Amino acid sequence: MRESIIMKIHYGSALAAVGLVAVHILMRLTQGYAESLEYANVIRNYHFLPYAGMLEIILILLSIHGFIGLRVILLELKQGRIYEKVISYSCFIAMIGLITYGTRTIIMVNMG
Amino acid sequence: MTQIPGLAEEHTSTPLSSSQSITLRIAKYNPVHDTEKKFMEFNIPYEKWTTVLEAILEVKKHFDHSVAVRFSCRQATCGSCGMIINGKPRLACFTKISELNSNIITVEPMNNFPIIRDLAVKFERLFDTHHKVKPYIIRDDTEITSDTKEFLQSPEELEQYIQFSNCIKCGLCNSACPTMATDSSFVGPQALAQAYRYVADSRDKGKDTRLKIIDESHGIWRCHFAGSCSQVCPKGVDPAMGIQLLRGYMLGFKS
Ligand code: SF4
Ligand code: FES
Repeated sequence: MRESIIMKIHYGSALAAVGLVAVHILMRLTQGYAESLEYANVIRNYHFLPYAGMLEIILILLSIHGFIGLRVILLELKQGRIYEKVISYSCFIAMIGLITYGTRTIIMVNMG
Repeated sequence: MTQIPGLAEEHTSTPLSSSQSITLRIAKYNPVHDTEKKFMEFNIPYEKWTTVLEAILEVKKHFDHSVAVRFSCRQATCGSCGMIINGKPRLACFTKISELNSNIITVEPMNNFPIIRDLAVKFERLFDTHHKVKPYIIRDDTEITSDTKEFLQSPEELEQYIQFSNCIKCGLCNSACPTMATDSSFVGPQALAQAYRYVADSRDKGKDTRLKIIDESHGIWRCHFAGSCSQVCPKGVDPAMGIQLLRGYMLGFKS
């Protein structure tokens, strides 16, 4: 993939995540902040489908943004064709792994 | 002393004399047999107008002729005499001792360049990356060879890139760049500024080719916008701005 496309995804995911995380934080403020973090309230959030959906999107956006950022840092640390390929694929696999694990948590809490 | 025919003799053999003097510390290092840089100190008299290059040449002439330094024009035009002067990349011929406000002047080879010896560094990487971005106007060959064809340009079109055409390839920007220090494959601010210089030229037709060249994993996107390149450029080129303007093309804000 062209580097400019990767970076557009990187910047786009950051912008979108900032918007959604702002909504997420504002939702904390609809109740008292400490109260909103209580166990029962957190579980209730997961059961509320639109909210769970938003958490899932935040998870995807932050994972994409974070792992592209990590790839950039690692590419600067060391150079070489094989090293770069290993880093790019490893970051992609780790990103999919994190999204899968996070999604599993959201689904399990939502259903159970 | 025999004079080589055709070569003008230098008439600077009288040592500089002045009531003021500084300590000039010159980094000495030969990668063939030295493990680390050593500093040699010289007491050099100076006048208000004495440049760091003149002080180094004074050392070469009267104290240690083995000091390796590259220079040519002595007027900030050839881009040969870049070095680190009191911690900052500067042109030695364009830096007056009096403007440094210090009694000790330390000169070292530029960072991010392999050292040949003492203050002289290898420019291969800079020339390679410069060449890589195709630093020339790209047009259809048939258009260029025609005697009658003129490529007119308005003052506004000229303004888009003229600042970037002042680059003298001194390498100070590459020496100051933090990404150049960590990423040995990074194309560098000098080459990126030149890519912009030609992309922004209304006569050029090579924009897509050039943008493709710098759109790789060690290309334009590795710039973190530290801005140190623009701070040290002696010709006011502002490579950091060129890089941001190029990004504008790549992100679709400019066409
Ligand atoms: S952009 Fe400025 S600092 Fe960099 S090589 Fe050109 S003249 Fe030197
Ligand atoms: S000697 Fe030419 S730029 Fe300094």
